[in-house]
Amino acid sequence: MSIYSEQEAKAILDKVIALSKADECTATLGGSVDGNIRYARNAVSTSGIVSDTQLGVQVAFGKRVGIATTNEFDDAALAKVVARAEELAKLAPENPEFMPAIGKQDYTPTRTFIDKTAAITPEYRARVAADSIEPCRKDKLVAAGFLADSHGFQAIANSNGNFAYQKSTNLDFTCTVRTEDGSGSGWVARNVADVERFDAKNEIKIAIDKAKRSRDAKALEPGKYTVIMEPAATAGLISFMMFGFDARQADEGRSFLSKKGGGNKIGEQIYDPRVTIYADPAETGVEVLPWDGEGIARARLPIITKGKVENLRYSRYWAKKQEKQATAMPGNLIMVGGDKSTMDLVKSTRKGILVTRTWYIRMVDPQTVLLTGLTRDGTFYVENGEVKYPIKNFRFNESPIIMLNNIEEIGKPVRVGDDESPFVMMIPPMKLRDFTFTSLSDAV
Amino acid sequence: MERRDFLKATGVGLGAVLLPSWGRVVAAEVLTTKIDVALKKRLADTALAAAKEGGASYCDVRIGRYLRQFIVTREDKVQNVVNTESTGVGVRVIANGTWGFAASNDLSADAVARAARQAVAIAKANSRLTVEPVQLAATAGVGEVSWSTPIERNAMEVPVKEKVELLLAANAAAMQAGASFVNSTLFQVNEQKYFASSDGSYIDQDVHRIWAPVNVTAIDKASGKFRARAGLSSPMGMGYEYMMPKKEHKIAMPGGTVGYTQSYDIVEDAAIAARQAQEKLKAPSVKPGKYDLVLDPHHLWLTIHESVGHPLELDRVLGYEANYAGTSFATLDKWKAKDFRYGSDQVTLFADKVQPHSLGAVGYDDEGIKTRRWDLVKDGILVNYQAIRDQVHILGEKESHGCCYADSWSSVQFQRMANVSLAPGKKKLTPADMVKDVENGIYIIGSGSFSIDQQRYNAQFGGQLFYEIKDGKVTRMIEDVAYQIRTPEFWNACSAICDESDYRIGGSFFDGKGEPSQVSAVSHGSSTTRFDGINVINTARSLG
Repeated sequence: MSIYSEQEAKAILDKVIALSKADECTATLGGSVDGNIRYARNAVSTSGIVSDTQLGVQVAFGKRVGIATTNEFDDAALAKVVARAEELAKLAPENPEFMPAIGKQDYTPTRTFIDKTAAITPEYRARVAADSIEPCRKDKLVAAGFLADSHGFQAIANSNGNFAYQKSTNLDFTCTVRTEDGSGSGWVARNVADVERFDAKNEIKIAIDKAKRSRDAKALEPGKYTVIMEPAATAGLISFMMFGFDARQADEGRSFLSKKGGGNKIGEQIYDPRVTIYADPAETGVEVLPWDGEGIARARLPIITKGKVENLRYSRYWAKKQEKQATAMPGNLIMVGGDKSTMDLVKSTRKGILVTRTWYIRMVDPQTVLLTGLTRDGTFYVENGEVKYPIKNFRFNESPIIMLNNIEEIGKPVRVGDDESPFVMMIPPMKLRDFTFTSLSDAV
Repeated sequence: MERRDFLKATGVGLGAVLLPSWGRVVAAEVLTTKIDVALKKRLADTALAAAKEGGASYCDVRIGRYLRQFIVTREDKVQNVVNTESTGVGVRVIANGTWGFAASNDLSADAVARAARQAVAIAKANSRLTVEPVQLAATAGVGEVSWSTPIERNAMEVPVKEKVELLLAANAAAMQAGASFVNSTLFQVNEQKYFASSDGSYIDQDVHRIWAPVNVTAIDKASGKFRARAGLSSPMGMGYEYMMPKKEHKIAMPGGTVGYTQSYDIVEDAAIAARQAQEKLKAPSVKPGKYDLVLDPHHLWLTIHESVGHPLELDRVLGYEANYAGTSFATLDKWKAKDFRYGSDQVTLFADKVQPHSLGAVGYDDEGIKTRRWDLVKDGILVNYQAIRDQVHILGEKESHGCCYADSWSSVQFQRMANVSLAPGKKKLTPADMVKDVENGIYIIGSGSFSIDQQRYNAQFGGQLFYEIKDGKVTRMIEDVAYQIRTPEFWNACSAICDESDYRIGGSFFDGKGEPSQVSAVSHGSSTTRFDGINVINTARSLG
């Protein structure tokens, strides 16, 4: 069994806390059932289900910390895992940055669990694969995709009397559709908590349409262009930028948010006034657990408000040292937008480039958050409000700081997951001027 | 390379990471023990029998014990010491011409047999969707054999105190040399892998790897500028002897930099890095344009990895990775033509799973194939790919190349990159001789940022250290350099390769592929190599 009820989880965690003779004890219990199906070349390649439950115990004697984990939960196994953590703590070097276990927190439950998503069956996964593959076969296209769904629970407790339990679900779908001759490629991605909001038959039409329309792409000269970025195309850039929102890094002088002469840029206007980004565990559509990895209660956290840096993330150690309030690590990011769709942004564009997806984004210079990466799976030239023709992919070298100062228009945010990001995001489509493409790519 | 896995492993950028993601945490003594081979054979035979009885035409069993220790420090502090263990069994079968796989962390005979039966049931269920039955290249069983990484000192047996002291000594050397901050980490991996198959192989392997990344930061508070210089160690298929520096393993390079072959002087490199990080704060910015590049092996490994290793993986060429890692420009028609110029005639790129001290070196791969070396690009011409047992028939070959790997007992083995390396030049040539012929060039040392498109055409690489070359001489350090390439043009611009006395290997612990994603460790060797007329961009920007 990998999913425990709240009572069962509490009983296990209470036993662990009672067993510990250390100065303090924190325990986490998590379990999940993860299902997936993968297909390529219009055929299923692998599918599987993995269920797992893990108990983590962290104890401390003074500033010496020990961690041990187990996936067995009888009384003997619990005694063993606590003893092992205590033994490790006694052997560990002192951590001068040790912070004691958190006090009792006040958590407001969030809606992270959807029954229907938890009830996904192997047959459902096979149907998603078939719904992707069949229309492609008929159209002489080739589908490769991946569906991963998950339902599980997290419970935390510590010797200060803190306790919390919550269940969650997730579904992530991506599919790449290519023409048989490899001259066109389209992509679709959907990330939802509620399976009812997902229909593979509809979604696959997006990738099919882009694959067909991206054939015989023309080459444009690299340079600065007005771009209409679909939400998935900027998610990776914005997510990368958020790694810099750590107060310690900024205060130490090694972040784009460090100030000349020392200190950080809290309160400074560094983006276009239309940029507002916050985290909120209860945000409708992108709900996340109301606590972070350390058990700190997540609350709504304004990060950028009207272009000004409003908050950085303070770890408990750094907050104590700087006499600030510690902040939980956000689980989501919400960028505020308007009502327009991507196609509405296209309609108001005289000349520009429509970008579906960005790929292999890497940091070039952390001083300016200069990132490089490429467009992929559907890049089009836009003229007089219409998508005119497909263009060859570009490599970009651009900083999200510069990008978010060059905003022409912001559309309606949608939920986006990103395979390299720890956040669930609400990101709007954006029209941006002077986006820097530095070379052409022959890749389709 | 997987950014996320590195972040997970070190906790960098993600705040507090309460639990490691690699298995259960154990006491250090556990890392020095092994499971009895006779027990592993009994369990494997149980699974093989259950699979056969269930109707499997082929079965392999992997009993794996994966041990890791990582020690994370910054300046004068130990941030984390974690030992992890993950043990279990994975059973893979062919039934009705289709693969099936199941895994369990329970090493009882009942659980192992149950996993085998589950694998057969999954294969039979999936066979309804099978279009082409699996064609497995024949291989003879090797009986009961064993193989171990030839280490001199098992890093897991070295007391944590000794390892912590070494890292803190390196940190202290960097701080004394003027660093503002320094982070250092020691990763140690031991894969105890037992493989058995219905072909009659029982293979017991003990694989060791080690890696000691260092990152030194210098800050100029007045200007707000900061620069970092990463250490020049390579992850290696070695024991703790890699951390015990020997003079004969050092190579002098521009700017007082030292390169390392089979051992690493972390204290020396940290001090040099501190000095160079400060120098980087003041170094002039590169003028963009075409340059002849002299690429050091500590840099070139990553370019080889991205622009040769990945495009020549057969599953990518065929489209199995189209939705994630991508496909490849090096299509089968180019290989069939036998005249596709991947590089200049000086370029021979080979794959291997046997190179001493490399991350990929094993005696047998994860489907029981004895490992070997083979050419991918011979004298500039594309001649082969990397392929495993169920793929080699596509190439008209009868034997697997032996590059199948799974990152855990619980994940399915599939085709992974072998070590892919550039053969050293045949004529005697040192890096100093090479520089003498360069009029307008840049000498690049160490790996930096990297990005490549999904068909592996267009790539961009940074580095750690850049030195201007003018009229045959290294003149000064420069900054803000990245070069952009189109893969075949780049390798065809290769005009000189230093001889084997300069040969070094670099590599990655975290090469990512597959959905769900698996990581693999892989090395890439080369000598210093020259590429002519490469496009260099300036990466400096102003945030106003």
